[in-house]
Amino acid sequence: MPKNIFDYIIEDRLPFFWCEGCGNGIILKSIAQAFADLELEPKNIVVVTGIGCWGKADDYLSTNSLHVTHGRALAAATGVKAVNPNLKVVALMGDGDGVTIGGNHFIHAARRNMDITAIISNNFNYGMTGGQYSGTTPEPSFTATSRYGSVEPPFDICALAKAAGAPYVARATVYHVNLLERYIKNAIQKKGFSVVDVINICPTYYGRFNKLKSPVEMMSWLRDNSTMKLEDGNIYNNRFAIGEFVNEDKLDFSTKYAQLQNNARKLSVQLEQDLSGK
Amino acid sequence: MTQEIKFLQGNEACLEGALKAGARFYAGYPITPSSEIAEMASQRLPAIGGVFIQMEDELGSMAALVGASMAGAKAFTATSGPGFSLMQENLGLAIMTEAPCVVINVQRSGPSTGLATKPAQADVMQARWGTHGDHAIITLCPTSVQECYDLMIYAFNFSERFRTPVIFLSDEIVGHMREKVVLRDDIPVVDRAFPQCEPNQYKPYKAGDDKVPPMAYFGSEFIFHASSSMHDETGYPNNTSQNADKVIRRLYEKIYDHRDEISITKEFETEDADVLFISFGAAARSAREAVKMLRSGSIKAGLLQINTIWPFPDEKVKRLALRAKVVLVPEMNLGQIINEVIKFSCGTPVFGINKVDSTIITPLEIVNKAKEVLQNA
Ligand SMILES: Cc1ncc(C[n+]2csc(CCOP(=O)(O)OP(=O)(O)O)c2C)c(N)n1
Ligand code: SF4
Ligand SMILES: [Mg+2]
Repeated sequence: MPKNIFDYIIEDRLPFFWCEGCGNGIILKSIAQAFADLELEPKNIVVVTGIGCWGKADDYLSTNSLHVTHGRALAAATGVKAVNPNLKVVALMGDGDGVTIGGNHFIHAARRNMDITAIISNNFNYGMTGGQYSGTTPEPSFTATSRYGSVEPPFDICALAKAAGAPYVARATVYHVNLLERYIKNAIQKKGFSVVDVINICPTYYGRFNKLKSPVEMMSWLRDNSTMKLEDGNIYNNRFAIGEFVNEDKLDFSTKYAQLQNNARKLSVQLEQDLSGK
Repeated sequence: MTQEIKFLQGNEACLEGALKAGARFYAGYPITPSSEIAEMASQRLPAIGGVFIQMEDELGSMAALVGASMAGAKAFTATSGPGFSLMQENLGLAIMTEAPCVVINVQRSGPSTGLATKPAQADVMQARWGTHGDHAIITLCPTSVQECYDLMIYAFNFSERFRTPVIFLSDEIVGHMREKVVLRDDIPVVDRAFPQCEPNQYKPYKAGDDKVPPMAYFGSEFIFHASSSMHDETGYPNNTSQNADKVIRRLYEKIYDHRDEISITKEFETEDADVLFISFGAAARSAREAVKMLRSGSIKAGLLQINTIWPFPDEKVKRLALRAKVVLVPEMNLGQIINEVIKFSCGTPVFGINKVDSTIITPLEIVNKAKEVLQNA
């Protein structure tokens, strides 16, 4: 049955609690649009979220959802997926949630190739707690905990995901909405661990601290500093490389585990026969 | 009906009990002295259609249990001190989301990585209060291999019945010793209550009189929201103070209102006991032996063995302590469960028998202490 975004977003729960000009609404709409285009049944979708501004996205969704502790969304999603491989499992995480406190789960979910889609709102800071720096904050940024400029080099989420073995890795920004929707749709359709790193704007903190005074200024910043041409994929050479960086086919965990279960069944029958001397 | 009789290690019996109870998902990170459970789970679960997954750490293991539980599986893990500490975060998640699951902690000597291969019973209060916030918790303690099997079935039953994580607090001695065990079939297996309403009427945190909400699973016709953060019956956020009060009290009362159903204790010669031992786990084995030794010397000793240490069996302790001249509490720590005993000892003097050198408290040590105390009483 054809669907629209309000088959997934609960209209009665609007408006969003996010600040004016926050990019989270754009990402959430793109996700709902992807669900609708793919005609997914809400009962077959499990959205797993962590803690943060973006982690509250499930408040507006009518799909199944599991809102967990800060950083652990992918670990919880791993449990869901391992038990029922038929579910569409989508993890929504901030840059803090997904690759800083949750960095270990991120690389291991990618390595294991769990069939989960990770959509990261990468706003370069901890929005929820007042704009402190995260593991993706570009150097040298000004944040609530780096008033003299941060001195820690940031993670490139796509490079990290690729190195850890994810079969689908893409980056878009909240300015490039068509691209964003397309990548999210591709990611959800990919069997295996798929990552969409969404460069997002947090006008309230990152913008204010870094002389990007309004949502419009932040959007222009994304427009003017994004490129699909950067060969080395490094997003932090003053320009955000956007595009699909990895798109390959690779057996996912659940497919391989189903095979393992078959082997285990046969082996244990064999073992029992051996033990009983048949 | 022929019931299988085996000669097993405590840890192995835990796994047999878990499988008997219907466990189909294990997520964990190996750690001595619990690793046998993971190793056996990795062999047995896939052969019966279950899943074993070795996670990157215990934070993730515990989170995976919650996800698996919400997807409909009976889920469990096993760990020891350092891993149990890491699990505290998402043990809270399991409490708040009301995800049935079982966490085995085969206690070893601490603090920190401590004496990795040696026993202790020093995680009693951590089991009760290790995760932050007001909460209730069910904790079961085995003293024998048979009890590892039996109590494991009860652990799953309680977790399913009350939609809560249950801690299975074993120790290195019970976990690694070998004894005869009957893989009995006579303990009925309990499954979580499935909602009986229409799917569009389902509220995942709406409880009936027993304060336990029926539970759907992801992928069923019953779509639901489960949340770590404060939520109301719908599972969506509700930050009013009235709601917070209601939720925190219900989570507590759903367990404390049913403590009679949950409480498992065993009494040995307590009827006329002047000397009452109250103990649990490996220490209770020595206490039981001490009862026999004292009785043969015509000192009336008895033992209250606590298998459900949380919620603490306060009424039972009160009743027995009132009749005794002295109460002694052997435990392999510097005094944890004794503080609960003192609260309910009704004025009868209470003495600890404590050991933290990572060796078991012997029956003779218990006997000697009992005699010394009696002399001064
Ligand atoms: C274990 C733990 N540590 C710290 C916090 C406090 N905290 C809540 S959200 C958050 C950061 C959120 O940042 P991010 O994940 O980037 O999401 P955003 O708010 O930017 O969308 C922190 C540090 C917490 N909830 N749990
Ligand atoms: S603090 Fe930043 S990320 Fe959070 S809602 Fe406001 S603008 Fe969005
Ligand atoms: Mg952020």
